[in-house]
Amino acid sequence: MSSAALLSIEGLSVALPTPRGRLLAVDQVDLTLAPGRTLGIVGESGSGKSMLARSVLQLLPKRAEFSGRVLFEGQDLAQLKPEALRRLRGPALAVVFQDPMTSLNPVLSIGTQIVETLQAHTGIASQAASRRAVELLAEVGIPAPEQRLRQYPHQLSGGMRQRVAIAIALSCEPRLLIADEPTTALDVTIQAQILDLLAREQQRRHMAMILITHDLGVVAGRTDEVAVMYAGRVVERAPTPVLFDRMRMPYTEALLAAIPKLDAAPHTRLPAISGRPPDPTRPLPGCSFAPRCGHVDERCLAAKPPLSALDASGGQYACWHPLQPVAVEGA
Amino acid sequence: MQQASGQALLEVENLVVEYAVGGKTVHAISDVSLTVGRGETLGLVGESGCGKSTLGRAVLQLRRPTAGKVIFDGTDLTRLAGEALRLMRPRLQLIFQDPIASLNPRRRIGDIVAEPLLITGVADRAERERRVHEVLVAVGLDPDQTRGRLPHEFSGGQCQRICIARALILEPQLVICDEPVSALDVSIRAQILNLLEDMKGRYGLTLLFIAHDLAVVKAVSDRIAVMYLGRLCEIAPTGQLFAQPAHPYTRLLLDAIPVPDPAVRPALNVPVGEPPSPIAPPTGCRFRTRCPRADALCAEEKPELRPVRGGQFVACHHPLIDSSAPMPANTRPQ
Amino acid sequence: MAALEGQARRGPGVLFFAALAWITLIVLAALCAGMLPMPGPNDMDMLSRRALPGGAHLLGTDSLGRDTFSRLIHGARISLTVGLLAPVIAVLIGGSLGMLAGYFRGRFEILATGGADVLLAFPPLVFALAVTAYLGQSIQNMIFVLGVLGIPAFTRVARAVTLSLSEREFVVAARALGATHARILIRELLPNVALPLLAFFLLAVAVTIVAEGALSFLGLGVPPPAPSWGSMIGEGRESLDIAPWLAFLPSGIMFVTVLSFNLVGDTLRALTDPRASAL
Repeated sequence: MSSAALLSIEGLSVALPTPRGRLLAVDQVDLTLAPGRTLGIVGESGSGKSMLARSVLQLLPKRAEFSGRVLFEGQDLAQLKPEALRRLRGPALAVVFQDPMTSLNPVLSIGTQIVETLQAHTGIASQAASRRAVELLAEVGIPAPEQRLRQYPHQLSGGMRQRVAIAIALSCEPRLLIADEPTTALDVTIQAQILDLLAREQQRRHMAMILITHDLGVVAGRTDEVAVMYAGRVVERAPTPVLFDRMRMPYTEALLAAIPKLDAAPHTRLPAISGRPPDPTRPLPGCSFAPRCGHVDERCLAAKPPLSALDASGGQYACWHPLQPVAVEGA
Repeated sequence: MQQASGQALLEVENLVVEYAVGGKTVHAISDVSLTVGRGETLGLVGESGCGKSTLGRAVLQLRRPTAGKVIFDGTDLTRLAGEALRLMRPRLQLIFQDPIASLNPRRRIGDIVAEPLLITGVADRAERERRVHEVLVAVGLDPDQTRGRLPHEFSGGQCQRICIARALILEPQLVICDEPVSALDVSIRAQILNLLEDMKGRYGLTLLFIAHDLAVVKAVSDRIAVMYLGRLCEIAPTGQLFAQPAHPYTRLLLDAIPVPDPAVRPALNVPVGEPPSPIAPPTGCRFRTRCPRADALCAEEKPELRPVRGGQFVACHHPLIDSSAPMPANTRPQ
Repeated sequence: MAALEGQARRGPGVLFFAALAWITLIVLAALCAGMLPMPGPNDMDMLSRRALPGGAHLLGTDSLGRDTFSRLIHGARISLTVGLLAPVIAVLIGGSLGMLAGYFRGRFEILATGGADVLLAFPPLVFALAVTAYLGQSIQNMIFVLGVLGIPAFTRVARAVTLSLSEREFVVAARALGATHARILIRELLPNVALPLLAFFLLAVAVTIVAEGALSFLGLGVPPPAPSWGSMIGEGRESLDIAPWLAFLPSGIMFVTVLSFNLVGDTLRALTDPRASAL
């Protein structure tokens, strides 16, 4: 499997010095992604999911301590020289961030930003680049694309700006797109449109995609695999239908249960997860979820459970007492 | 308008809020009327720009309405000013979206929670301390661990508990919750929602719950009002709204919500389009630019809220259901 | 997450403490000037004019035989008094005006910022000349002139900080609780405005010391024979070729003092930046 993988993350750890101590943002993460597949990474704030994304792109803050390997098409990105890395970002790896207002340059016109990217990586003439920019804007569903070229980010709505950011990311036909909470800042009807756009483009271009979010609903219908992160570690990973069908790690189950459901009756009391997310500057010796878990025992407090081997359905989990798989009718 | 048990606590009549931004007029709220009965939770949903947050502040007179009335327990708040308005304030409180920004970073929690008592002139120090202690326990915090600390020492969820404590210490009648859980982690949201329900029961509150997340609103509301670009689209008891929405925008909102179940395919027929700007809203029905059912009538005439049935009201010329449709099972009109 | 991006916040460094030590030293020296074992600042020792440092005169004497060291310490009194009191006037008046302007907005803000702009546009030297011409030269008048000239800067700083705070939820929350304007200004806004104002105050002290020096150099300051660093530099000008230290010593001490106030003010400003404290 790993020989065909587009992206293979091995033993990735990221630590940051902060005024309050050394913060372990990502702790020994292993993940693989095959070409053309979508991986969803779900986690709350502090789970390390954004740091993980930045590690793949090698966009970590200067003071970060990084260890592990990030193999993209066989090359370890962490070992590449800056020039080689720069050539990869764009044509091979692209990213869309959460807040389009800060990821777009406010003083450059939309057209300039797209054309700049195109010219930097493909070297086409500026006339051709402008035409391609108009095509790209049309592909991402922006009406009147010729006029938009001359507009500035602040003249567009949030949803439009995010479409522009996606257009820029897609402009060089990347093989892997990382979307870090691309719709969190947007309204729900715009969110649906942006997610549809990403799914469509991903299919069309046979692009691999990593979709990072805190919302289990976003990954449910739109990803091939889901990895759940908690306190810097991957605590469960499985093909999407398998994950939702039978959750093995109590955190995943509790997370799903805590979301208000559309089909629940009004005033249903939500099964809340007690306690608070862990303090990343004070890692626990045992499982990070232990203080909040309903099934905890001494083993959980003493040692961190490793990510298990792949089981028959393709799932993995990190738990000493995984939930028993529920008997499924005809899945 | 239908009323919950007893007389309505809050009646908003023909509220209009407009303000100038850079020479242009923003029509934040255009002719909204609704009531909230005593002991009821009215959910108010809509996307950004619909005016729901502005409505919350306009009710509290933190932003003065351009026109219309806000009648709270029989008194028209729009006619009050200065001292008279200040005296009413303890009875209507507000909980904000960003819990950390809602607390003065340089004051201790004990002082922050006691502030409402000082403002209303509770002079006895022991009495103040007792009440602060009591309300902190009620919201699930340890008073001894909390009082002497500063806000930045607490997490978002804890800060929201502190804000709730501050809002409740004066035992208000109405609490307006303006997106109280949107800025919190998923695992904390459920805690805070449960807390709000508990507090509602304990203090006998009436809630106006403003949010953009329909599922969250469903969990806590008795009735739900849907807003779009400054106007009400639909008001209905919660069960009915979800089972049989009457307004096409409600339908759009419901379809767009990501459901955590891979068997449910995302509805890919969501129409492309963005809400128009509140500076230049469309004529007639404001939703018509994104509505699959819009026609010439929708451009000419503004739809008024009309009863459908069973406490459900819709402002649409071509609603999805009409009074001849049977009531869905398991929902009872109030 | 934002706190993770920035660098680990270092505490005040060695320079900060050195600056603090110097300020303490010079303030103590100025306070105890009368008690120190040195000749009086105006005692003329005609036998040792323009003497080199050493012996009875630690830092030498000036053209009239007056002990330089003693004059420097007494000069510190004047420089520090003016340097500290004038900004106090400025922060009290300017800070209040700025806070009120930033909070109430509307016509009051237009008046306050307009007034500040007018004051800023007025040539400061002309103002100083006018005051000394009509009211005479004295420490009080210098404090008055420099204090008034400092008001607009504080108005701007206070207004800017207040503006950014007034829309924050905790202020709206206070209004929603029924707090009066006075209560909001004093209990909610002032604690948050005070620290940035204090940091700016220290920078203003530095600027005021230099300004006092300049006025005294031009002869508009405290009249002779009272020593002031600025007037000492002025007097030393005549002897630059034969006794350059007479001008450089007061310049040097002013430089170090102003630098110290700048360092302390800058460090305080960096430490009280609200973003840094939001972890």
